[in-house]
Amino acid sequence: MKQIYLDNASTTPVAPEVLDAMLPYFTEEFGNPSSLYPLGQRTSDAVAEARRTLACLIGAQPSEVFFTSGGTESDNWAIKGFAHANAARGKHIITSAIEHHAVLHACQALEREGFHVTYLPVDDEGLISPDSFEEAMREGTILATIMFANNEIGTIQPIGELARIAHEHGVAFHTDAVQAFAHVPLSVDELGVDMLSASAHKLNGPKGVGLLYIRRGTKVANLLDGGQQERGRRATTENVPGIVGFAKAAELAYADLDAEQERLRALRDHAIRRILAEIPHAKLNGSWEQRLANNINFSFEFIEGEGMLLQLAARGICTSSGSACTSGSLDPSHVLLAIGLPHEIAHGSLRMSLGRDTTLEDMDAAIDALKTTLENLRAMSPLYEDYTHGTYAGIIDGYKANGMRYVS
Amino acid sequence: MAMDYSEKVMDHFTNPRNVGEIENASGQGTVGNAVCGDIMRVYLDITGDNIIRDAKFKTFGCGAAIATSSMATELVKGKTVQDALKVTNKAVMEALDGLPAVKVHCSLLAEEAIHAALWDYAEKHGIQIEGLEKPVSDISEHHETKVVG
Repeated sequence: MKQIYLDNASTTPVAPEVLDAMLPYFTEEFGNPSSLYPLGQRTSDAVAEARRTLACLIGAQPSEVFFTSGGTESDNWAIKGFAHANAARGKHIITSAIEHHAVLHACQALEREGFHVTYLPVDDEGLISPDSFEEAMREGTILATIMFANNEIGTIQPIGELARIAHEHGVAFHTDAVQAFAHVPLSVDELGVDMLSASAHKLNGPKGVGLLYIRRGTKVANLLDGGQQERGRRATTENVPGIVGFAKAAELAYADLDAEQERLRALRDHAIRRILAEIPHAKLNGSWEQRLANNINFSFEFIEGEGMLLQLAARGICTSSGSACTSGSLDPSHVLLAIGLPHEIAHGSLRMSLGRDTTLEDMDAAIDALKTTLENLRAMSPLYEDYTHGTYAGIIDGYKANGMRYVS
Repeated sequence: MAMDYSEKVMDHFTNPRNVGEIENASGQGTVGNAVCGDIMRVYLDITGDNIIRDAKFKTFGCGAAIATSSMATELVKGKTVQDALKVTNKAVMEALDGLPAVKVHCSLLAEEAIHAALWDYAEKHGIQIEGLEKPVSDISEHHETKVVG
């Protein structure tokens, strides 16, 4: 059976060119970049070159780019490191209700230390209102951290505008750009962000490596103490193959960024249109306009997400869901609840995230499989039985009657 | 989160037995709620001498919820009402070669769905089934009239 991988927001395969670039650094070029002999110097040069490449792509200075173990470490370092280094100026942080757990749980850890955190709500498409962002500013606000694009529903925030507001209030701005970097062109200076997190394995690079951009002059305390790596800011022997692979993956992504985004956007829109036309009781989650080109997220009424995922998996389709059963907790995804979905349809959500290998044939095959899966699951759903008997009113029917867009 | 399901669970999830409705069922019960993500409805066809001739189900829920509904209806078919009461959640789990710890509640719900259908049967026929109590998760009455705005 052919496998169709539609979970690229979760992780991506390492591109062959990336693997080729990495391989020598596992074997013959194994030197420690801190060593003075040529074997070490060559890896030191490779790390420096990778840093220059990545800095250039985001419009930063190489000295402002720090390698980490991934997006989670970058978020933790930015938020906790900034809070600890600037606590004397204030103890208030602003974030949003739909951040990745790396940000939310880092903020909660700070709350336990006596910091105060505002979790801004979002509208029904997952957008933060710049007005409510500004209203959340208060005496003692030191940091705002807002994700560039959401990992579940793909909503892209107005980061430049939010960063400008933050600076008007003397507040530093961090963005978790893990889903956006090398997917959306971005420049740290145009956006005006002070810190930015990115990760390699979302762009056909290896797992276990990420970066944190820290604007010159931004005070951030260390998370890892030890040796003098990363100019004394982050101890641990550099993950040389990972760093080299990260830079190569970003370079490849940027080589045809606009064309690839255009291709993915067309595939995405084709899929959204087909689902809305061919599958009843469906709702597009998030914004269609302010959306990552590779993200599709729908709720399907009368069914539960885990069953849908397992049936799709049995047909070779790899996807993810925000249902409680797939999150390991009793509640469905915090993002879907934050955009106002009732539990009943938050349980029935499906995310398909496209990647470089996704073709139109894959997309059509996945939607065909989805239709069969939903017909099967609805045929065994007591909720659907009651709906067809007229004893249960459909939630999405109600949305439709109220004029909501992008529902079927 | 990757689920550690046994082959039996996957078999009963992929090819569920006894999906459907029974018209004019002797007993019908619905348990659970959509907010939590699990609803099970069981239909029983019971003969004059208290033998369960047929059992059908409909379930809104995860893979384990569907598999336990399938197995529970398989296990009660052909049994007397009294023997059907002995089909506990443990019996359902054992028949499925176990369930991940976070899914044990699905097997409890399957047991309760059978009990709710038996309770309905007993009420309709004005009889008492020894050892049977109305399950707390029974939503048969409210559910039929529930209208969501």
